Parts: sequence; structure tokens; C-alpha cells
Amino acid sequence: MTDNRAARFLLPFAFGVAVIAIWEVIVSTFSIPIAILPAPSAIWAAIKGSGDILLVDWLQTVVRGALNGLWIGTSAGVVTAIAIDRFEFLRRGLLPVANFVAALPIVGVAPIMVMWFGFDWHSKAAVVTVMVFFPILVNTLAGLQDTDRMQRDLMLTYSANYWQTLAKLRLPAAMPFIFNGLKIAATLALIGAIVAEYFGSPTRGMGFRISTEVGRLGIDMVWAEIAVAALSGTALYGAVTLIERGVTFWHPSQRSGRKN
Amino acid sequence: MIRLRDSNIGPVLTVVFAIVVIWYVASFGMNRAWVMDQAARAGETPGFSEQLAGTMNQDRPVLPAPHQVASELYDGVFDKKITSKRSLVYHGFITLQATFWGFALGIVVGIGLAVIIVLNRAANLTLMPWAIISQTIPVVALAPMIVVLTNAMGADSLMVPKAIIAAYLSFFPVLVSMVKGLTSPDAMQLDLLRTYGASKSQVFWKLRMPASLPYFFASLKIAVAASLVGAIVGELPTGAIAGLGARMLIGSQFGNPMIMWSALFAAAILAAMLIWVVTGIEKAAARAMGGGAA
Amino acid sequence: MLAPGNTVTDTVISAQNLSLTFETNDGPVHALKDVDLEIGKGEFVSFIGPSGCGKTTFLRVIADLEQPTAGSVSVNGMTPEQARKARAYGYVFQAAGLYPWRTIERNIALPLEIMGVSKADQSQRIERVLELVDLAGFGKKYPWQLSGGMQQRASIARALSFDADILLMDEPFGALDEIVRDHLNEQLLALWARTEKTIGFVTHSIPEAVYLSTRIVVMSPRPGRITDIIDSTLPRERPLDIRDTTEFLEIAHRVREGLRAGHEE
Repeated sequence: MTDNRAARFLLPFAFGVAVIAIWEVIVSTFSIPIAILPAPSAIWAAIKGSGDILLVDWLQTVVRGALNGLWIGTSAGVVTAIAIDRFEFLRRGLLPVANFVAALPIVGVAPIMVMWFGFDWHSKAAVVTVMVFFPILVNTLAGLQDTDRMQRDLMLTYSANYWQTLAKLRLPAAMPFIFNGLKIAATLALIGAIVAEYFGSPTRGMGFRISTEVGRLGIDMVWAEIAVAALSGTALYGAVTLIERGVTFWHPSQRSGRKN
Repeated sequence: MIRLRDSNIGPVLTVVFAIVVIWYVASFGMNRAWVMDQAARAGETPGFSEQLAGTMNQDRPVLPAPHQVASELYDGVFDKKITSKRSLVYHGFITLQATFWGFALGIVVGIGLAVIIVLNRAANLTLMPWAIISQTIPVVALAPMIVVLTNAMGADSLMVPKAIIAAYLSFFPVLVSMVKGLTSPDAMQLDLLRTYGASKSQVFWKLRMPASLPYFFASLKIAVAASLVGAIVGELPTGAIAGLGARMLIGSQFGNPMIMWSALFAAAILAAMLIWVVTGIEKAAARAMGGGAA
Repeated sequence: MLAPGNTVTDTVISAQNLSLTFETNDGPVHALKDVDLEIGKGEFVSFIGPSGCGKTTFLRVIADLEQPTAGSVSVNGMTPEQARKARAYGYVFQAAGLYPWRTIERNIALPLEIMGVSKADQSQRIERVLELVDLAGFGKKYPWQLSGGMQQRASIARALSFDADILLMDEPFGALDEIVRDHLNEQLLALWARTEKTIGFVTHSIPEAVYLSTRIVVMSPRPGRITDIIDSTLPRERPLDIRDTTEFLEIAHRVREGLRAGHEE
């Protein structure tokens, strides 16, 4: 079994194609109504037919809601981590609290954010910001702490100040950790934006469209939205992974994958 | 022995205290607009202590003060009959059921997939990417479809789809940890077993499985938290009327912030309890296997 | 200008009654007790002894990485802290400690960046120092593309790049195999001859200490102290096979005696 790049791509791809094919066959063989499970062909028709609606929803949920929340939450998380890192007392007190909050169902703040920021994308971005903030904060702090004593001693012998040590040693060394948090954040971002829409939305957005179409039994449209959501989530995660490979090219995990 | 100076209790308590103080200040600031507005309509200008009083006990506050949330929680937990539709215990229990079944299902699926992926190279290359993709698909978008499909297949309550959604989120941490754990034995260990002429199955049961246990137990914390999120999220788009997620929905629809806040904090407390229990299990397992490591 | 063989020079590093006591859970640990030593300009001084004898601690005190509990140390006439802030020395650790996200060139540039050296100046220095350690042409490689010995040479190049007069080296070749070690010992001596730096060198290896130094300081533990200071009679120019001469073996013997004496006390 060759482990070459072709196999790595073809096998999962073939699996996906097989699943879609079996799906199509099952639906037509058992004449399953669209209101229960549309065939892939019906979903594709819905995508082609409603491209404009899908685009509007995508812009609202993914671009204005999830992406905005993602960059705001990430920046806030990193900046807060750096600020906390300076003061040992603050770090020792805040890290356990942040770890604790990160484990809670933060998605529950969605209705409160809608109440505060209104129906439009701002509340969605706010939910995503809060959801993303804690994993990024915890991971960045862990990364900043990861430098060993010898490296810090070396900086002492150069009489480097705090900011030089931060910029040249600790931040680059923290990157693998930050990207770990960013990958988690990428998956949370879309969930946060859509959940927030269930609590109130203008007449656009993927969450809005899904709940309305379920009510109208337009299930093929629901699956079309799901397809767009799936593609967006995967693309976002893939983008983060690509950037990670570029920034942390030096890390052992990126260089060789030894599997037992 | 952990010296008091070395433990984090002091800083943590200070931080928590600071958070409560900041919260009170924020409550005052955010609820003030309504107080001033009401006063203006009555042609009055309230002094500071009147403003303070007015912001700390509103019916529909923008940001309820800590004591308000605490009292609402107390009310929902202790002052309601457990079977009442207004009891947080009742709703918490509904969500807990879905969380538990989702957690169990997630563990089974996570371990099962991990074993297949580790034992079969083709399965590894085929399934692992899809497992990752499954997590990048927002499960909340799939939730209504899961309800429709489970209904069509004969399930008559929302418990089944909620458990499936909870399992969807909790199987992945278990899968990732089990794969890491099952492949953790190093080349030296594997070579040793090869010199004993061990079969693949023997290597699996005598080396890989025991080696994976610390990883497995460590992943349970994340899995149970994810399962709870899944259970709550499962209640949202499915028109649920019971459960903590449903309470949040109701609070939002009726414009009643106190219901939303008490449901949120009840969910947080539930999460904390679950994590505490699972951490206890993890520690007991570590001790049973000879303490320390992991 | 030093005449060859002249060992009386200006004092660069001076320790008087130096003591360092760590407080631990199991009671105080006397890492250093009443250490007196003068190191002159251009000397190559090795510190040798078993674990816990204080040789690394002594080096770290000179570097202001540890603070003594009693006594005094002066470096270039200043306190260790002042000397560190004036970047008076380069420090080489046991592990190369190169940043994997920087090329060898950029790694060597690290102290230069921190000290605000201009870009043009940086490239000049990097080129010169790569040549000194025989790594010319490897500047654009990444650390993981180099062998252990080459990485350690890059680490030494980094310590040389900012022209400090003093080089402090803490078991720099300890993690390398003997063949590579021999090669690096030769290169280090050649480097020392070319740059005329004052070198403090901590090692576990008797042949290494005798081969490299003008003076060997033998230390022993509990409490950490100096048991013998040996002035080497070997000439400054030393091919590797000097290790088979009687003179070399005599000095090595004396070192071994010093170590044994410290061990039996």
C-alpha cells in the first residue's frame, strides 16, 4: 500500500463520491420524498436554482458574522494573552478561570448577544468573538510559557529587553500553539454564527434560511444551505491549515510524520 | 505538599473577586439608561443611590447583577417542584439525558473508528479526513435534518436526534485521543514484541490498548463538554420546549432576560459538575493503573 | 601584544571569596564556597569536576545568570550585571539552542539585531564568523538540516558575532560523539589563536580540559570549591597527537589526582 500523495487524496475522495452515489441510489430506489431526504441531484438543482439566495446568506453568516468574529476574537485573545503574560500574578489567577470558562457551553450567550447587539450580523460576530476568545487565550498563554530556561538565559546574556524577547523568541515559539487554538476557533466560528441566527435574524443568513425552509418543507433548500455551510467550514479550516504550514514550517509536526 | 504560596488559590480568588466587582460596575452602567429614561419621563433626576437601587433589581435588565442571577438560579433550582416546567432541575435533567446518551454514543463511535483507523492503513487514509471534515461542518446546520430523518425512521421524541447531535460533537475528541494513544508506543516497544513473535492482535491488546488508556481518559473531559454543547444546540432549531437550550430560546422569544441568564448559568453549572465527575474518573483510572504519568 | 608563553596578563575576571548557597527543601546546598580565582586576558581556562562541584554555577555567576550569596566577582572591572548589560561576553550552552524558524545566518544575526547593529554591518559579521567556524556556505540552511556538530559550531559563531572579548562555554561538546569532538576541539583552539579571546570552558572530559587550556581549575562538590589549579606547560600551538606525549599524560594525571582527592574528602 503506497503512502503517496495520490493515495492520500484519492481514497477519501473516492469514499465521498461513493457515499453520494449510494445516497442517490437509495433515494430513487425507495422513492423517498424530498420532504424527508432529497437526493444529491435534487440538492444540486436547488443550489443552481437559488445561487443568489445562497450567496446573500453566505455573505451574512460566514463573511459578516463568522469571519468578523474570528478575527476580532483571535486578536483579542492574543493581545490579552500577551498582557496577562507580563504579570505572573494575573496569569496564575486568570489561566484556571479561562480554562474553566473555555469548557462551558459559551454558545449559550447567543440569545444575550442578540438582545444586546440586535438582530443583524453584529450579534453573530459578538457570539463568535466570545466563543473564539477563550481557546485562543488559553492556547496562546500555553505557547508563550513554552520556552525553556536555556533560551531565556540566552536572551539574558544578550541583555535583551522584554519586547525583544517577546518578538524574537516567545511569539515565534508560540505559533504552533496559537494555530492549534485557531483550528478549534475555525470550527466554532460557523457554529456560533448559525446558532446566533436561531435567536433572531434579519431575513437573511444561513440559520434563518434553514429554520424558515424547514417550516416550509423546502428540505432541498435546507440541504443546499448545509452544503454551502459544509464547504465554507472545510475551506476555512483548510485555509488555517495552509497558513499554519507556512508559518510553522519549522515545527517537527510539519516536517516529518512518523507513524508507528 | 503544595505550599499555599505555590498553589494558585490566592490569585484565582483575587481574579474571581475582581470579575464580580467589574460585573457589578458593568451592571450599573448598562442598566442605568433605563433608570434615567424612566426618571426623565416622570420629570425627576435621581441621585446616585437611587440610580444604584434602580439598576440592581430590574425585571428585564440589560445586564443582571450577580445577586439577581444567583437569586433566579436559587429560585429555579430549589423553589420549584422538580416536575414543574419552570424548574431548572427539570430542564437540566432533560439536557443531561441527551448529554449522557450522546456521550456514551460518542465514546463507542470514537473508540470504534480509532481502532479501525489504526489497524487498517486504507481506512486511515479514507476515514480520517472525513472525520475532520465532519467537525468543520457546523452540526447546528445539520440538526433539523437529523430530526427529520430520525422521525422518519420511527423515533418519537427529541431525545434521539439530540443524542446524535451530542455524539456528533463528542466522538471527535475521543477519536483523536485514541488514535494518538494507540499509536503512542515507540519503535523500541514494538520491536521487543516482534522478537517475541507476537501476532498483530496480541500487540494490540497487550501494548496498544493499555498505552491508549491515559489518552482516552484525558479526552473525556473535552468530550463531555462537547456533548453538553451538542445537547443544547440540538434543542434550538428543533422546536424543543424542554431542556436548558429550550429555556434560552423561550427567554429570548418572550424578551425575558432572567430566563436566558438563569438557563445559561444552569448550563454552566451542569458543565462544571460533569467535568468534575469525569476528572474524578480520570484520576481514579490513573491511580488504578499505577498512578502518575499522562 | 602578548609574547608567546607569557602568562602574566591583565586580570579580566576576578572572583574573591565567592559563595553561593541554594535553599532547598532538604536544607541548604553550598554550590560554591569561598572561591578565589583570577583569569587573565587571553587565557583559556577549563573548569573540570564531578556533578555538583559548582563549575557550571561559577560560569553562570560570571555571566550574571546566577547571583552569589557572598563574596564578589568582577568582569572587565565591572560587576557581572554591568558586564552583561555591556555585552562583554558570549555564552555557549550545552545545546546549540538555535531557532528552528530562522536560517543559520539569521540565527547568528539574533544578538546583532538585539544590539541594534546595522544590516550592512550584520552581513559582514555573519560572513566573517561563519568562515571562522568553517560553516561558510551553510548560511541559508535551517538548523535541522545540519548535524549536531555543525549546529554547535553555528552556536559558537553566534557567540562570536558581536566581538565580545570573553567567551563562556558550558560543556558545549558534551552531547557530541568523540570523533566530532576531537575535530571541534582542534577548531576551537585555532579560533582562539586567531581571535585572542579569553575563554572560560566547563567540561567533564579530562583529555579535553588538558588539550584546550592554558590553565585547568579542578573542582569538587559538597561544598563546591577549587581543589587544584594547574598551569599547563604545553605550548600554545598543539596538534591533536600532543595527547600521546608524556607531558600531556603527566598533566592529565595531576588532574585525575586532583579529582580523586576532592572525591575522597
